[in-house]
Amino acid sequence: MTTNPSPQSPLLDATGVAKNYGAVAALRNASLSVLPGEVHALMGANGAGKSTLVKILTGAIKSEAGRILIRGQQLDVRSPADARRAGLLPVYQEPALIPDLDVLSNLRLTGTPVEPFRAWVRELGIPDLDIRETARHIPLAVLRVLDLARALAVEPDVLLLDEMTAALPANLAEKVLEVVRRQGDAGRSVIFISHRFVEISALCDRATVLRDGSTVGVVDIEPGIEERIVEMMLGTRIEKTRVTARAANDVVIAGGGRPRLSVRNLQLGTKLNDVSFDLANGEVAGVFALEGQGQEELFAALAGSIRPTGGSIDVDGAPVKFSHPSDAIQAGIAYVPGDRAEALAMQRSVRENIALPFSAALRKWGPIRMRREQVVVSGAIGRLQIDTRAQGEVQRLSGGNQQKVTIARWIAANARTILCFDPTRGIDVGTKQEIYKLLRELAGQGKSVLFYTSEMEEVQRVCDRVIVIFGGRVVDTFPVEEADEAALMRAAYGLPRGAKADVGILAEVKPGSNAEAAS
Amino acid sequence: MTDIATMPQPVSFGRRLKRFMADRPPIPLIILLIILVVILQILRPGIVNERWIANTAKFAIPLAILAGCQTMTMLTGGIDLSVGTVATMSAFIMATQIVNQDPTVAFLLAMLPAVLIGLVNGIGVGVFRVHPLIMTLGTSLIGTGFLQVYQRTVIASGAKIPGFLNWLGTGLTYGFPNALFLFVPVAVLIVFMLNRTGFGRLLYAVGDNERAARLSGVRYWQVITALYVLSSLLAGITGLLYIGLIKAPSLSLAEPLVLPSVAAAVIGGTSIFGGRGGYTGTIIGALILTVLTTLLTILQMPEGGRRILFGFIVLFVTAAYLRIVEDR
Repeated sequence: MTTNPSPQSPLLDATGVAKNYGAVAALRNASLSVLPGEVHALMGANGAGKSTLVKILTGAIKSEAGRILIRGQQLDVRSPADARRAGLLPVYQEPALIPDLDVLSNLRLTGTPVEPFRAWVRELGIPDLDIRETARHIPLAVLRVLDLARALAVEPDVLLLDEMTAALPANLAEKVLEVVRRQGDAGRSVIFISHRFVEISALCDRATVLRDGSTVGVVDIEPGIEERIVEMMLGTRIEKTRVTARAANDVVIAGGGRPRLSVRNLQLGTKLNDVSFDLANGEVAGVFALEGQGQEELFAALAGSIRPTGGSIDVDGAPVKFSHPSDAIQAGIAYVPGDRAEALAMQRSVRENIALPFSAALRKWGPIRMRREQVVVSGAIGRLQIDTRAQGEVQRLSGGNQQKVTIARWIAANARTILCFDPTRGIDVGTKQEIYKLLRELAGQGKSVLFYTSEMEEVQRVCDRVIVIFGGRVVDTFPVEEADEAALMRAAYGLPRGAKADVGILAEVKPGSNAEAAS
Repeated sequence: MTDIATMPQPVSFGRRLKRFMADRPPIPLIILLIILVVILQILRPGIVNERWIANTAKFAIPLAILAGCQTMTMLTGGIDLSVGTVATMSAFIMATQIVNQDPTVAFLLAMLPAVLIGLVNGIGVGVFRVHPLIMTLGTSLIGTGFLQVYQRTVIASGAKIPGFLNWLGTGLTYGFPNALFLFVPVAVLIVFMLNRTGFGRLLYAVGDNERAARLSGVRYWQVITALYVLSSLLAGITGLLYIGLIKAPSLSLAEPLVLPSVAAAVIGGTSIFGGRGGYTGTIIGALILTVLTTLLTILQMPEGGRRILFGFIVLFVTAAYLRIVEDR
């Protein structure tokens, strides 16, 4: 691990970058300075502005303020092609090869030299790639490596890697990290976006930390630095710690304390490894995770949308295998997706949307008992206080009211367990409060709720307990009283709980090993 | 919700009219139908009488039932191009089997290919996810092929039109065409099914957002299979009605009705992308197309010119109607 100590001028220097989306400031005052030959980590919690900054640097969107210098020259990056010409090349999380073309055609499309590409692919640990293979038929992990090789083949000055090792098996991840490290040694720079401290410590020279759209610090990576980084990501919020225990937390456990839902060693490809937890009756259990840690897959598996590749799910003590969402619904498990467009028939009425599950089963295809349906539906509408002025078509409702409809559907269907995936995303504060209250009420009635959120505040407001997922594993589970923001943040980054006194996990890591922190 | 701002604001008459029509989609269509009839009356005074109306209804009914098949499949984002072949097959089989068979047996034999084709369509679209356009076009071609083979085997026995179908297709009772005895229950059933049954709800839901339907526990293949079987059955029955009207069994009997049936559903306001529409509009759409055909015949234009004009009018009406209904 060598660093590049000479006081060179930075290769890339962005200062004062700002970007607003409507009234929302995605970036206020972000800066990033990358020296030649350094591997630079870009860090920040969800919504801190990392992806916006990356999009601006690579020309995908335009900044509203700020200055970007490459090799000291002011640069107006208007398009990804501009960024490419300036020597800045990104590798995104989503595979970028066109699925219906073979690898060779994909290379031609971007003018990538083939021989260097092949050399890099071999270097990255894939000895037997057939470049005539159609991209669609190549496994995801390999596609990501090919994306990287394609970028490396054109020898960019600054390589921008977004969560490069996510979804890679350990052997490939190791090779990737090794190659990235050598890029730095060869005098080229890498901007490395990652949530994994283990990788960052093995790889990076410095880190820039973003919080709420501003750069809050640039630090050298050295043992023990992860504590400072977490503090910087939290900012002043770290002061606000203790959470009062929930008063209405005396869970009335029916059925002899048998858990409503019991998940054991759940696996799903590379996305979920060994997830185990219980969900009790009368409980709101929070799931907290950074983006893309396997939470989508976990919820989809519990909802019957995708089949897990391993592990078991028990409902009320009996093992179940869901092959279709209707199986999960049969077991009383309802899924409220984060994206409302996924859950609603937008051209249909509020009533039809709420009553949709009633007609799903074959034996319910007959005449609808309109009056009884009306009673049930208006009960749910009243309970959620849905504004029904535009009820003829759901698409004419506000986002908050649409979200209420997706939940009201399962209140009307009287589901015993509700899986809420980030239900408050993009809705107004008032509606958020109502949803929090509703979830608590449901728990009070003995129902159980699994609640994924990316906002730490919501964990404290709503949950009895929080399950933290990192890299497809449950890394920690703790009661809400201990779930202050610092603890959550540390857990979400895979840092062990209460390890502040320790030397820090960075002291003795090998590159490529996976973060695994059990309490 | 008591704070609804009811500000009395001046709205122009045109805007109010548009709103009124947008809220009641069949009204602009009815207006168009009346306009067409008035034009007809002006061009050929005295043509619009009791007999003409009965005759128009007779020809509009088979079209309207086939357009019902299109309406239901289009609600799910599909289409059923095999209705013409299915109708032809059942008509042809009926006409040839009635010669030697008991009417009930002949009827069952006539409906058999309808059920089979519907089942294959449904499984192809619902389970194997073949695009409905390709799937139904394919089964339609296969059906036509089978019909040609079948024709050779019965060529000796000849064909006849059963008296009952003759009565149903062309007869009048108190001036009303007997076909209404079939059509009214069918229409009521379709409208009821679409609005008041679980199956109808699912057609709309699946067509609007298949993922949402799935998350609500709907099994797509069940809905789609049932739908295409139903559509084929209706097409088969239409074939029986149509042979009673046309009285000449041929291998392309109902084929000319296929595209007009799609047009009638589209003119009637059913979205070809799914999730929006209904049968009432379709019925009026079928009437409009039938009156339009009469009108163009009366103009004594050459066949080519008539078709060109027909195509343009269909396009224009559809575009204008969508503008009225969807602008809110």
